[in-house]
Amino acid sequence: MQGSKAELRWWSYLITAVAIFGLWHLVAVILDSIALPTPVTVFFAFIAGLKDGLISHLLISTLRIVYGIALAFSLAVPIGLVSHETRVDKFVAPLIYMLYPIPHIVLLPVIILLFGIGDLSKIILIAMIVFFQILVTTRDASRNISGNYIYPLLSLGASKREIYKHVILPACIPKILTAMRISVGTAIAVLFFVESFATYRGLGYLIMDAWSRANYPDLYAAMVTMALLGFGIYVLLDRVERKVCRWVYV
Amino acid sequence: MIEAKSLTKTYPDGTGALHDVTFDIRDGESCSVIGPSGCGKTTLLLICSGILRPTEGRVVIKGTDVTAPSKELALIFQDYGLFPWKTVYENASLGLELRGFGKRERKRIVSSLLKDLGLQGFEKYYPKQLSGGMQQRVAFARALALNPKIMLMDEPLSSLDALTRENLQNFLLQLWRQKRMTMLLVTHSIEEAVFLGSKVIVLSPRPGTVIKTVDNPQMGDSDYRTKEVFFDKCREVRQSLDGGAI
Ligand SMILES: Nc1ncnc2c1ncn2[C@@H]1O[C@H](COP(=O)(O)OP(=O)(O)OP(=O)(O)O)[C@@H](O)[C@H]1O
Ligand SMILES: [Mg+2]
Repeated sequence: MQGSKAELRWWSYLITAVAIFGLWHLVAVILDSIALPTPVTVFFAFIAGLKDGLISHLLISTLRIVYGIALAFSLAVPIGLVSHETRVDKFVAPLIYMLYPIPHIVLLPVIILLFGIGDLSKIILIAMIVFFQILVTTRDASRNISGNYIYPLLSLGASKREIYKHVILPACIPKILTAMRISVGTAIAVLFFVESFATYRGLGYLIMDAWSRANYPDLYAAMVTMALLGFGIYVLLDRVERKVCRWVYV
Repeated sequence: MIEAKSLTKTYPDGTGALHDVTFDIRDGESCSVIGPSGCGKTTLLLICSGILRPTEGRVVIKGTDVTAPSKELALIFQDYGLFPWKTVYENASLGLELRGFGKRERKRIVSSLLKDLGLQGFEKYYPKQLSGGMQQRVAFARALALNPKIMLMDEPLSSLDALTRENLQNFLLQLWRQKRMTMLLVTHSIEEAVFLGSKVIVLSPRPGTVIKTVDNPQMGDSDYRTKEVFFDKCREVRQSLDGGAI
Protein backbone atom coordinates (compact mmCIF):
# COMPACT_ATOMS: atom_id res chain seq x y z
CA MET A 1 0.00 0.00 0.00
CA GLN A 2 2.80 2.37 0.91
CA GLY A 3 4.48 1.60 -2.43
CA SER A 4 1.45 2.67 -4.39
CA LYS A 5 1.20 5.87 -2.37
CA ALA A 6 4.81 6.75 -3.18
CA GLU A 7 4.19 5.99 -6.83
CA LEU A 8 1.18 8.24 -6.90
CA ARG A 9 3.27 11.08 -5.49
CA TRP A 10 5.91 10.47 -8.11
CA TRP A 11 3.37 10.63 -10.93
CA SER A 12 1.68 13.74 -9.63
CA TYR A 13 5.04 15.52 -9.50
CA LEU A 14 5.78 14.51 -13.07
CA ILE A 15 2.43 15.78 -14.27
CA THR A 16 2.91 19.09 -12.48
CA ALA A 17 6.38 19.49 -13.96
CA VAL A 18 5.10 18.78 -17.46
CA ALA A 19 2.29 21.28 -16.93
CA ILE A 20 4.72 24.00 -15.80
CA PHE A 21 7.04 23.49 -18.75
CA GLY A 22 4.07 23.23 -21.13
CA LEU A 23 2.69 26.53 -19.91
CA TRP A 24 6.08 28.15 -20.13
CA HIS A 25 6.43 26.92 -23.70
CA LEU A 26 2.99 28.19 -24.61
CA VAL A 27 3.61 31.67 -23.17
CA ALA A 28 7.03 31.83 -24.82
CA VAL A 29 5.57 30.97 -28.22
CA ILE A 30 2.74 33.46 -27.84
CA LEU A 31 4.95 36.31 -26.61
CA ASP A 32 7.66 35.49 -29.13
CA SER A 33 10.07 37.74 -27.22
CA ILE A 34 13.82 37.43 -26.91
CA ALA A 35 13.39 37.92 -23.15
CA LEU A 36 11.46 34.67 -22.84
CA PRO A 37 13.07 31.77 -24.68
CA THR A 38 11.22 28.47 -24.93
CA PRO A 39 12.09 25.66 -22.50
CA VAL A 40 13.67 23.78 -25.41
CA THR A 41 16.09 26.62 -26.14
CA VAL A 42 16.89 26.87 -22.45
CA PHE A 43 17.40 23.13 -22.28
CA PHE A 44 20.04 23.30 -25.00
CA ALA A 45 21.70 26.25 -23.26
CA PHE A 46 21.64 24.15 -20.10
CA ILE A 47 23.29 21.20 -21.85
CA ALA A 48 25.89 23.49 -23.38
CA GLY A 49 26.43 25.02 -19.94
CA LEU A 50 27.05 21.61 -18.44
CA LYS A 51 30.09 21.27 -20.69
CA ASP A 52 31.11 24.80 -19.86
CA GLY A 53 31.46 24.85 -16.08
CA LEU A 54 27.82 25.08 -14.99
CA ILE A 55 28.43 22.09 -12.75
CA SER A 56 31.27 23.75 -10.90
CA HIS A 57 29.19 26.89 -10.37
CA LEU A 58 26.34 24.74 -9.09
CA LEU A 59 28.73 22.92 -6.81
CA ILE A 60 30.11 26.08 -5.23
CA SER A 61 26.60 27.45 -4.73
CA THR A 62 25.52 24.16 -3.19
CA LEU A 63 28.43 24.22 -0.77
CA ARG A 64 27.72 27.80 0.28
CA ILE A 65 24.10 27.11 0.96
CA VAL A 66 24.62 23.76 2.65
CA TYR A 67 27.34 25.14 4.91
CA GLY A 68 25.16 28.12 5.69
CA ILE A 69 22.16 26.01 6.64
CA ALA A 70 24.31 23.53 8.55
CA LEU A 71 25.99 26.31 10.53
CA ALA A 72 22.61 27.85 11.34
CA PHE A 73 21.17 24.49 12.32
CA SER A 74 24.03 23.55 14.61
CA LEU A 75 23.74 26.82 16.53
CA ALA A 76 20.00 27.43 16.49
CA VAL A 77 18.80 23.96 17.46
CA PRO A 78 20.75 23.58 20.72
CA ILE A 79 19.91 27.13 21.79
CA GLY A 80 16.25 26.64 20.87
CA LEU A 81 16.06 23.36 22.75
CA VAL A 82 17.62 24.59 25.98
CA SER A 83 15.25 27.57 25.88
CA HIS A 84 12.91 25.02 27.37
CA GLU A 85 14.55 26.04 30.64
CA THR A 86 13.04 29.28 31.83
CA ARG A 87 16.47 30.29 33.11
CA VAL A 88 17.88 30.15 29.58
CA ASP A 89 14.80 31.61 27.93
CA LYS A 90 15.20 34.74 30.02
CA PHE A 91 18.14 35.54 27.77
CA VAL A 92 17.01 33.96 24.51
CA ALA A 93 13.56 35.58 24.41
CA PRO A 94 14.81 39.19 24.41
CA LEU A 95 17.55 38.23 21.96
CA ILE A 96 14.98 36.95 19.50
CA TYR A 97 12.63 39.80 20.20
CA MET A 98 15.22 42.43 19.41
CA LEU A 99 17.28 40.78 16.69
CA TYR A 100 14.81 38.73 14.67
CA PRO A 101 12.69 41.50 13.16
CA ILE A 102 15.60 43.52 11.78
CA PRO A 103 16.50 42.74 8.16
CA HIS A 104 19.80 40.93 8.51
CA ILE A 105 20.64 41.33 4.90
CA VAL A 106 21.56 44.97 5.51
CA LEU A 107 24.39 43.70 7.69
CA LEU A 108 26.20 42.58 4.55
CA PRO A 109 28.71 45.47 4.57
CA VAL A 110 29.56 44.80 8.20
CA ILE A 111 30.02 41.10 7.58
CA ILE A 112 32.24 41.77 4.59
CA LEU A 113 34.32 44.20 6.63
CA LEU A 114 34.72 41.59 9.34
CA PHE A 115 35.09 38.40 7.33
CA GLY A 116 36.32 39.55 3.94
CA ILE A 117 34.62 39.15 0.61
CA GLY A 118 35.27 35.43 0.33
CA ASP A 119 33.03 32.45 0.87
CA LEU A 120 33.07 32.86 4.65
CA SER A 121 31.04 36.05 4.66
CA LYS A 122 28.59 34.59 2.14
CA ILE A 123 28.07 31.55 4.32
CA ILE A 124 27.75 33.65 7.44
CA LEU A 125 25.07 35.85 5.93
CA ILE A 126 23.04 32.85 4.80
CA ALA A 127 23.54 31.20 8.19
CA MET A 128 22.52 34.31 10.06
CA ILE A 129 19.18 34.59 8.33
CA VAL A 130 18.36 30.89 8.51
CA PHE A 131 19.58 30.83 12.14
CA PHE A 132 16.80 33.09 13.32
CA GLN A 133 14.13 31.21 11.42
CA ILE A 134 15.17 27.90 12.97
CA LEU A 135 15.75 29.42 16.40
CA VAL A 136 12.33 31.07 16.59
CA THR A 137 10.58 27.84 15.65
CA THR A 138 12.67 25.56 17.86
CA ARG A 139 12.26 27.84 20.84
CA ASP A 140 8.51 28.06 20.40
CA ALA A 141 8.31 24.28 20.14
CA SER A 142 10.46 23.57 23.19
CA ARG A 143 8.69 26.20 25.30
CA ASN A 144 5.35 24.64 24.49
CA ILE A 145 6.11 21.12 25.67
CA SER A 146 3.62 20.31 28.37
CA GLY A 147 4.94 19.41 31.80
CA ASN A 148 2.57 16.48 31.55
CA TYR A 149 4.94 14.88 29.08
CA ILE A 150 7.81 15.25 31.47
CA TYR A 151 6.25 14.12 34.75
CA PRO A 152 6.01 10.44 33.79
CA LEU A 153 9.69 10.52 32.87
CA LEU A 154 10.60 12.19 36.13
CA SER A 155 8.70 9.53 38.02
CA LEU A 156 10.85 6.97 36.23
CA GLY A 157 13.92 8.69 37.58
CA ALA A 158 15.04 10.33 34.33
CA SER A 159 17.96 12.75 34.34
CA LYS A 160 17.96 16.09 32.52
CA ARG A 161 19.90 14.58 29.66
CA GLU A 162 17.38 11.77 29.33
CA ILE A 163 14.49 14.22 29.31
CA TYR A 164 16.11 16.03 26.39
CA LYS A 165 16.77 12.77 24.61
CA HIS A 166 13.36 11.18 25.09
CA VAL A 167 11.02 14.17 25.12
CA ILE A 168 12.29 17.60 24.22
CA LEU A 169 14.34 16.74 21.15
CA PRO A 170 11.86 14.29 19.56
CA ALA A 171 8.94 16.60 20.30
CA CYS A 172 10.68 19.48 18.51
CA ILE A 173 12.20 17.68 15.53
CA PRO A 174 9.16 17.90 13.22
CA LYS A 175 8.96 21.65 13.78
CA ILE A 176 12.71 22.06 13.29
CA LEU A 177 12.69 20.22 9.99
CA THR A 178 9.67 22.13 8.78
CA ALA A 179 11.42 25.38 9.67
CA MET A 180 14.48 24.26 7.73
CA ARG A 181 12.39 23.31 4.74
CA ILE A 182 10.70 26.70 4.77
CA SER A 183 14.01 28.49 5.18
CA VAL A 184 15.42 26.98 1.98
CA GLY A 185 13.55 29.58 -0.07
CA THR A 186 15.03 32.42 1.98
CA ALA A 187 18.47 30.85 1.88
CA ILE A 188 18.40 30.67 -1.93
CA ALA A 189 17.32 34.30 -2.16
CA VAL A 190 20.20 35.33 0.07
CA LEU A 191 22.53 33.13 -1.94
CA PHE A 192 21.58 34.96 -5.11
CA PHE A 193 22.12 38.27 -3.37
CA VAL A 194 25.59 37.44 -2.05
CA GLU A 195 26.67 35.85 -5.31
CA SER A 196 25.57 38.75 -7.46
CA PHE A 197 28.71 40.77 -6.82
CA ALA A 198 32.37 40.43 -5.86
CA THR A 199 32.62 36.84 -7.01
CA TYR A 200 33.21 34.95 -10.21
CA ARG A 201 31.80 31.70 -9.06
CA GLY A 202 28.32 30.48 -8.24
CA LEU A 203 24.92 30.48 -9.91
CA GLY A 204 24.16 34.03 -8.78
CA TYR A 205 27.23 35.20 -10.65
CA LEU A 206 26.16 33.21 -13.73
CA ILE A 207 22.78 34.87 -13.70
CA MET A 208 24.23 38.38 -13.41
CA ASP A 209 26.84 37.59 -16.05
CA ALA A 210 24.36 36.18 -18.58
CA TRP A 211 22.08 39.11 -17.92
CA SER A 212 24.83 41.66 -18.58
CA ARG A 213 25.67 39.83 -21.81
CA ALA A 214 21.95 39.80 -22.69
CA ASN A 215 22.29 36.08 -23.30
CA TYR A 216 18.81 35.06 -22.33
CA PRO A 217 19.06 31.30 -22.90
CA ASP A 218 22.12 31.24 -20.60
CA LEU A 219 20.30 33.46 -18.10
CA TYR A 220 17.38 31.09 -17.96
CA ALA A 221 19.62 28.05 -17.79
CA ALA A 222 21.31 29.53 -14.70
CA MET A 223 17.98 30.47 -13.16
CA VAL A 224 16.60 27.00 -13.72
CA THR A 225 19.72 25.50 -12.18
CA MET A 226 19.26 27.68 -9.12
CA ALA A 227 15.63 26.61 -8.90
CA LEU A 228 16.74 22.99 -9.14
CA LEU A 229 19.21 23.55 -6.32
CA GLY A 230 16.43 24.87 -4.08
CA PHE A 231 14.16 22.07 -5.15
CA GLY A 232 16.84 19.45 -4.45
CA ILE A 233 17.50 20.68 -0.92
CA TYR A 234 13.80 20.96 -0.25
CA VAL A 235 13.17 17.38 -1.39
CA LEU A 236 16.13 16.15 0.62
CA LEU A 237 14.82 17.79 3.80
CA ASP A 238 11.37 16.45 3.09
CA ARG A 239 12.81 12.95 2.82
CA VAL A 240 14.73 13.36 6.06
CA GLU A 241 11.60 14.63 7.77
CA ARG A 242 9.57 11.66 6.60
CA LYS A 243 12.22 9.27 7.75
CA VAL A 244 13.05 10.85 11.10
CA CYS A 245 9.45 11.75 11.95
CA ARG A 246 7.83 8.56 10.82
CA TRP A 247 5.44 8.81 13.73
CA VAL A 248 3.92 12.00 12.30
CA TYR A 249 3.14 10.39 8.97
CA VAL A 250 1.90 6.92 9.91
CA MET B 1 2.38 2.53 53.71
CA ILE B 2 1.60 5.93 52.15
CA GLU B 3 1.01 8.66 54.66
CA ALA B 4 0.12 12.19 53.61
CA LYS B 5 0.58 14.54 56.50
CA SER B 6 -1.07 17.98 56.37
CA LEU B 7 -0.17 18.59 52.75
CA THR B 8 -0.61 22.14 51.61
CA LYS B 9 0.42 23.36 48.20
CA THR B 10 0.41 26.91 47.00
CA TYR B 11 1.86 27.44 43.53
CA PRO B 12 4.39 30.25 43.07
CA ASP B 13 1.71 32.37 41.37
CA GLY B 14 -0.36 32.24 44.53
CA THR B 15 -2.84 29.57 43.45
CA GLY B 16 -3.76 27.46 46.45
CA ALA B 17 -4.14 23.90 45.17
CA LEU B 18 -4.26 21.85 48.37
CA HIS B 19 -4.96 22.71 51.96
CA ASP B 20 -4.04 20.52 54.91
CA VAL B 21 -4.65 17.15 53.26
CA THR B 22 -4.09 14.18 55.51
CA PHE B 23 -4.75 10.51 54.83
CA ASP B 24 -3.01 7.21 54.93
CA ILE B 25 -3.18 4.17 52.71
CA ARG B 26 -2.29 0.78 54.09
CA ASP B 27 -0.08 -1.73 52.37
CA GLY B 28 -2.03 -3.44 49.60
CA GLU B 29 -4.94 -1.09 49.89
CA SER B 30 -6.63 0.52 46.91
CA CYS B 31 -7.65 4.09 47.44
CA SER B 32 -9.69 6.35 45.15
CA VAL B 33 -9.54 10.11 45.25
CA ILE B 34 -12.44 12.08 43.85
CA GLY B 35 -13.14 15.79 43.79
CA PRO B 36 -14.36 18.62 41.60
CA SER B 37 -12.30 19.75 38.64
CA GLY B 38 -9.29 21.81 39.58
CA CYS B 39 -9.36 20.88 43.27
CA GLY B 40 -5.74 19.75 43.24
CA LYS B 41 -5.95 16.02 42.51
CA THR B 42 -3.11 16.01 40.00
CA THR B 43 -1.10 18.19 42.33
CA LEU B 44 -1.66 15.65 45.08
CA LEU B 45 -0.37 12.78 42.93
CA LEU B 46 2.67 14.77 41.84
CA ILE B 47 3.50 15.43 45.47
CA CYS B 48 3.00 11.79 46.47
CA SER B 49 5.27 10.68 43.66
CA GLY B 50 8.03 13.01 44.76
CA ILE B 51 8.02 15.14 41.61
CA LEU B 52 6.57 18.21 43.29
CA ARG B 53 7.41 19.51 46.76
CA PRO B 54 4.53 20.50 49.02
CA THR B 55 4.52 23.97 50.50
CA GLU B 56 3.81 22.44 53.87
CA GLY B 57 3.49 18.94 55.22
CA ARG B 58 5.13 15.76 54.03
CA VAL B 59 4.56 12.40 52.43
CA VAL B 60 5.95 9.31 54.08
CA ILE B 61 6.15 6.02 52.21
CA LYS B 62 7.18 2.95 54.19
CA GLY B 63 8.50 5.14 56.94
CA THR B 64 10.73 7.35 54.81
CA ASP B 65 10.05 10.89 53.67
CA VAL B 66 9.43 11.26 49.96
CA THR B 67 11.84 13.77 48.47
CA ALA B 68 12.50 12.29 45.02
CA PRO B 69 10.78 9.84 42.67
CA SER B 70 10.92 6.40 44.22
CA LYS B 71 11.72 3.15 42.46
CA GLU B 72 8.79 1.33 44.02
CA LEU B 73 6.28 3.66 42.54
CA ALA B 74 4.75 3.98 39.09
CA LEU B 75 2.81 6.97 37.85
CA ILE B 76 0.19 6.78 35.11
CA PHE B 77 -1.30 9.78 33.39
CA GLN B 78 -4.40 10.05 31.32
CA ASP B 79 -3.47 11.70 28.05
CA TYR B 80 0.24 12.11 28.15
CA GLY B 81 1.25 8.69 29.31
CA LEU B 82 2.65 7.68 25.95
CA PHE B 83 5.10 9.46 23.74
CA PRO B 84 3.69 9.75 20.22
CA TRP B 85 7.21 9.54 18.76
CA LYS B 86 7.94 6.16 20.30
CA THR B 87 6.54 2.84 19.18
CA VAL B 88 4.51 0.62 21.47
CA TYR B 89 7.61 -1.38 22.30
CA GLU B 90 9.78 1.69 22.90
CA ASN B 91 7.11 3.26 25.08
CA ALA B 92 6.61 0.13 27.13
CA SER B 93 10.32 -0.44 27.69
CA LEU B 94 11.19 3.17 28.48
CA GLY B 95 11.04 2.72 32.24
CA LEU B 96 13.33 -0.28 32.08
CA GLU B 97 15.70 1.62 29.82
CA LEU B 98 15.88 4.56 32.21
CA ARG B 99 16.49 2.22 35.12
CA GLY B 100 19.41 0.69 33.27
CA PHE B 101 18.07 -2.72 32.29
CA GLY B 102 19.95 -4.39 29.43
CA LYS B 103 18.49 -4.85 25.99
CA ARG B 104 17.81 -8.56 26.33
CA GLU B 105 16.25 -8.19 29.76
CA ARG B 106 14.00 -5.42 28.47
CA LYS B 107 12.91 -7.52 25.56
CA ARG B 108 12.05 -10.46 27.80
CA ILE B 109 10.01 -8.44 30.27
CA VAL B 110 8.23 -6.21 27.77
CA SER B 111 7.38 -8.97 25.31
CA SER B 112 5.70 -11.09 27.93
CA LEU B 113 3.86 -8.08 29.38
CA LEU B 114 2.57 -6.98 25.99
CA LYS B 115 1.41 -10.50 25.40
CA ASP B 116 -0.44 -10.58 28.72
CA LEU B 117 -2.10 -7.30 27.85
CA GLY B 118 -3.21 -8.47 24.43
CA LEU B 119 -0.83 -6.19 22.57
CA GLN B 120 1.26 -8.82 20.88
CA GLY B 121 1.95 -7.97 17.26
CA PHE B 122 1.58 -4.23 17.85
CA GLU B 123 5.16 -3.65 19.02
CA LYS B 124 6.11 -1.51 16.01
CA TYR B 125 2.91 0.56 15.97
CA TYR B 126 2.85 4.17 17.04
CA PRO B 127 0.32 5.22 19.71
CA LYS B 128 -1.90 7.09 17.30
CA GLN B 129 -2.37 3.90 15.31
CA LEU B 130 -4.00 2.28 18.34
CA SER B 131 -7.41 2.67 19.93
CA GLY B 132 -7.65 4.60 23.18
CA GLY B 133 -8.03 1.43 25.21
CA MET B 134 -4.95 -0.12 23.64
CA GLN B 135 -2.94 3.04 24.24
CA GLN B 136 -3.88 2.98 27.88
CA ARG B 137 -2.85 -0.66 28.11
CA VAL B 138 0.56 0.29 26.72
CA ALA B 139 0.79 2.91 29.46
CA PHE B 140 -0.01 0.20 32.00
CA ALA B 141 2.61 -2.03 30.43
CA ARG B 142 5.24 0.63 30.89
CA ALA B 143 4.33 1.07 34.53
CA LEU B 144 4.06 -2.65 35.24
CA ALA B 145 7.35 -3.48 33.55
CA LEU B 146 9.12 -2.14 36.61
CA ASN B 147 7.07 -4.32 38.91
CA PRO B 148 6.09 -1.43 41.17
CA LYS B 149 4.70 -1.90 44.67
CA ILE B 150 2.68 1.28 44.38
CA MET B 151 0.71 2.64 41.44
CA LEU B 152 -0.43 6.24 41.33
CA MET B 153 -2.95 6.92 38.58
CA ASP B 154 -4.34 10.23 37.39
CA GLU B 155 -7.67 9.66 35.65
CA PRO B 156 -6.15 6.84 33.63
CA LEU B 157 -9.43 5.78 32.03
CA SER B 158 -11.28 9.04 31.62
CA SER B 159 -10.84 9.44 27.87
CA LEU B 160 -12.20 5.98 27.07
CA ASP B 161 -15.65 4.90 25.98
CA ALA B 162 -17.86 3.22 28.57
CA LEU B 163 -17.28 -0.37 27.49
CA THR B 164 -13.51 -0.12 27.16
CA ARG B 165 -13.52 1.67 30.43
CA GLU B 166 -15.34 -1.09 32.29
CA ASN B 167 -13.02 -3.54 30.68
CA LEU B 168 -9.95 -1.78 31.98
CA GLN B 169 -11.54 -1.24 35.37
CA ASN B 170 -11.91 -5.00 35.63
CA PHE B 171 -8.32 -5.32 34.49
CA LEU B 172 -7.13 -2.93 37.22
CA LEU B 173 -9.16 -4.76 39.83
CA GLN B 174 -7.61 -8.06 38.83
CA LEU B 175 -4.17 -6.54 38.84
CA TRP B 176 -4.66 -5.17 42.30
CA ARG B 177 -5.88 -8.50 43.64
CA GLN B 178 -3.20 -10.61 41.97
CA LYS B 179 -0.19 -8.42 42.66
CA ARG B 180 -1.32 -7.11 46.03
CA MET B 181 -0.35 -3.65 44.93
CA THR B 182 -1.02 -0.42 46.74
CA MET B 183 -3.02 1.82 44.45
CA LEU B 184 -3.96 5.47 44.54
CA LEU B 185 -6.44 6.30 41.81
CA VAL B 186 -7.61 9.79 40.93
CA THR B 187 -10.88 9.80 39.05
CA HIS B 188 -13.82 12.07 38.42
CA SER B 189 -16.26 9.19 38.06
CA ILE B 190 -18.12 8.29 41.22
CA GLU B 191 -18.81 4.74 40.00
CA GLU B 192 -15.17 4.18 39.17
CA ALA B 193 -14.07 5.51 42.53
CA VAL B 194 -16.42 3.13 44.34
CA PHE B 195 -15.69 0.16 42.09
CA LEU B 196 -11.93 0.39 42.48
CA GLY B 197 -11.36 1.93 45.89
CA SER B 198 -11.53 0.03 49.13
CA LYS B 199 -11.55 3.57 50.45
CA VAL B 200 -12.78 6.70 48.69
CA ILE B 201 -11.34 10.06 49.64
CA VAL B 202 -13.59 12.98 48.74
CA LEU B 203 -11.89 16.34 48.23
CA SER B 204 -13.46 19.79 48.44
CA PRO B 205 -13.22 22.42 45.70
CA ARG B 206 -9.93 24.29 45.40
CA PRO B 207 -7.89 24.43 47.55
CA GLY B 208 -8.64 20.75 48.01
CA THR B 209 -9.02 19.36 51.46
CA VAL B 210 -10.43 16.02 52.62
CA ILE B 211 -14.21 16.35 53.17
CA LYS B 212 -14.86 12.74 53.85
CA THR B 213 -13.38 9.28 53.64
CA VAL B 214 -15.87 6.61 52.62
CA ASP B 215 -14.85 3.09 53.61
CA ASN B 216 -15.80 0.57 51.01
CA PRO B 217 -14.60 -2.84 52.16
CA GLN B 218 -17.15 -4.79 50.12
CA MET B 219 -15.48 -3.95 46.80
CA GLY B 220 -13.18 -6.42 45.07
CA ASP B 221 -15.46 -8.34 42.70
CA SER B 222 -16.22 -7.49 39.12
CA ASP B 223 -19.95 -7.97 39.79
CA TYR B 224 -19.84 -5.40 42.61
CA ARG B 225 -21.28 -2.95 40.08
CA THR B 226 -24.65 -4.67 40.25
CA LYS B 227 -24.93 -4.94 44.02
CA GLU B 228 -27.16 -2.86 46.23
CA VAL B 229 -24.29 -1.78 48.49
CA PHE B 230 -22.41 -0.43 45.44
CA PHE B 231 -25.26 1.98 44.75
CA ASP B 232 -25.43 2.94 48.41
CA LYS B 233 -21.75 3.81 48.41
CA CYS B 234 -22.08 5.79 45.19
CA ARG B 235 -24.91 7.76 46.77
CA GLU B 236 -22.84 8.41 49.86
CA VAL B 237 -19.92 9.70 47.80
CA ARG B 238 -22.22 11.84 45.66
CA GLN B 239 -23.80 13.40 48.73
CA SER B 240 -20.47 14.36 50.24
CA LEU B 241 -19.37 15.82 46.90
CA ASP B 242 -22.54 17.91 46.68
CA GLY B 243 -22.14 18.99 50.26
CA GLY B 244 -18.65 20.24 49.53
CA ALA B 245 -19.78 22.27 46.56
CA ILE B 246 -22.25 24.37 48.53
N1 LIG C 1 2.14 24.75 37.70
C1 LIG C 1 1.07 25.42 38.18
N2 LIG C 1 1.18 26.73 38.47
C2 LIG C 1 0.12 27.41 38.97
N3 LIG C 1 -1.08 26.89 39.21
C3 LIG C 1 -1.25 25.59 38.93
C4 LIG C 1 -0.19 24.79 38.40
N4 LIG C 1 -0.65 23.52 38.22
C5 LIG C 1 -1.94 23.55 38.61
N5 LIG C 1 -2.29 24.78 39.04
C6 LIG C 1 -3.61 25.17 39.60
O1 LIG C 1 -3.81 24.45 40.77
C7 LIG C 1 -5.14 24.01 40.86
C8 LIG C 1 -5.18 22.51 41.01
O2 LIG C 1 -4.66 21.90 39.82
P1 LIG C 1 -4.69 20.34 39.58
O3 LIG C 1 -4.21 20.10 38.19
O4 LIG C 1 -3.96 19.66 40.67
O5 LIG C 1 -6.26 20.04 39.70
P2 LIG C 1 -7.03 18.70 39.34
O6 LIG C 1 -7.91 18.41 40.48
O7 LIG C 1 -6.10 17.64 38.89
O8 LIG C 1 -7.92 19.21 38.12
P3 LIG C 1 -8.62 18.31 37.00
O9 LIG C 1 -9.80 17.68 37.64
O10 LIG C 1 -9.02 19.32 35.99
O11 LIG C 1 -7.60 17.34 36.50
C9 LIG C 1 -5.84 24.49 39.62
O12 LIG C 1 -6.54 25.67 39.92
C10 LIG C 1 -4.74 24.78 38.67
O13 LIG C 1 -5.09 25.82 37.81
MG1 LIG D 1 -5.89 16.62 37.06
